[in-house]
Amino acid sequence: MWKYLHKMTSPPHFYRLARVLIPWLVLPGALLIAYGAYAGLFVAPSDYQQGDAFRIIYVHVPSAYLSMMAYMIMAGSAGIGLIWRIKLAHAVAAGAAPIGASFTFLALVTGAIWGRPMWGTWWEWGDPRLTSELILLFLYFGYMALRSAIDDTSKADKASAVLAMVGAINVPIIHFSVEWWSSLHQGPTLVRQGGPAIENDMLYPLLAMIVGFTLVFAALLLRRVRAEVLYRERRTHWVRELILLPRGDG
Amino acid sequence: MIASERELPGLMSGFVATVKRDLLLAWKRPGDVLNPVVFFAVVSTLFPLATGPSPEQLEFSGPGVLWVAALLATLLSLNGLFLADYEDGSLDQFVVSPQPLPMLALAKALAHWLTSGVPLLLVSPLVAVSFRMPAEAIGALIVTLLFGTISLGLVGSIGAALTVGLHRGTVLLSLLILPLAMPILILGARTVSLAATNETYSAGIYFLAAYAVAALVLAPFAAAAALRISYE
Repeated sequence: MWKYLHKMTSPPHFYRLARVLIPWLVLPGALLIAYGAYAGLFVAPSDYQQGDAFRIIYVHVPSAYLSMMAYMIMAGSAGIGLIWRIKLAHAVAAGAAPIGASFTFLALVTGAIWGRPMWGTWWEWGDPRLTSELILLFLYFGYMALRSAIDDTSKADKASAVLAMVGAINVPIIHFSVEWWSSLHQGPTLVRQGGPAIENDMLYPLLAMIVGFTLVFAALLLRRVRAEVLYRERRTHWVRELILLPRGDG
Repeated sequence: MIASERELPGLMSGFVATVKRDLLLAWKRPGDVLNPVVFFAVVSTLFPLATGPSPEQLEFSGPGVLWVAALLATLLSLNGLFLADYEDGSLDQFVVSPQPLPMLALAKALAHWLTSGVPLLLVSPLVAVSFRMPAEAIGALIVTLLFGTISLGLVGSIGAALTVGLHRGTVLLSLLILPLAMPILILGARTVSLAATNETYSAGIYFLAAYAVAALVLAPFAAAAALRISYE
């Protein structure tokens, strides 16, 4: 078991495994997103209150969910890297940060576009989730700024890992305090007692989008970690071999 | 055998010595203590000048303005928390000393709070009166600032430990700490505004106190880990 784990986290093995995995994530992800986009935009009926404006949830909800998921992955793998000294885990944390920040930004932009017809304003400070999402974006920026300020990779890994874990403890506190501060947002639709309050024609495209976005996110993450591993291991034997002896598997 | 007969320094001796030393240093250079307080007063003056002198406006914005000014003043002073020790090499001694590093980090944070948080608490009622804050709200302001400055100093000590020895650390420190400080700001400012409008405000104070206790327990360990990483 430990031997297997050790092999899994060795950079050359990961590098090859990720290459095999990426197409298997991208293809179903792209298919699901294509179905979700078509069904969400053309098949799903208009909302009786929000008209066609609600259709932006097909991008907004997956992005918002992934923005938090990416933070958890980042903080979790940073903690694993710090505690068990696994270099690959630090590479995963480094790779997850910019992708998570992008999804956070996407969630904010789609939220603002949705807010325009719904609330009559691009930005509503009274909405706790929009505000927490903005603070989450600032947390990502702080993490990336600290990482880029430290030249030594191993030191940057450990310092940013401490920051990511402190941030992870703070995320629920931020969420709670912003929630307490004020609320205008519509309540949860999907996860609540008595099943989702949404029609199946609307629900299935949304679920497809969520799964599709997650698969594409995983592929993007693997791709970034691959590049990160290659850069970090640039002085090692296996990378030199990979570059000097191209066999079409690089 | 010889070691056991000799008086070995206990857990508190390093802690007390560090606090005493930092207080003495602050006493020798009073400007370092006064600067954040003056900064607090100056920033609080900026807002009425920017938004106009109408009494309703001041009463409405007072709690938020005072809290933002206190947050920025604390942040400003945090930058120097480990800087002097880093430059003169004392921090090396902290890291290699047999005293537990979290204890020393806590001592640094305590001395910092005594020299920056407490003066802020003493000055805040004066500034609050100029914002026409009622007595009830001034009481809430002092209590929330008490817990708030403790929490900010402790969370900030993690950021200061992470950025010590980095170039252009000041802006980076703000970027790291401000998002983490937002719950403290929200709870503090909101509690004071609730008190100013005669509503129940105890919930915010309990929450801030809980935050301060949690920070007191956890932050020194994170700051110590950060110091060790900065010193590799």
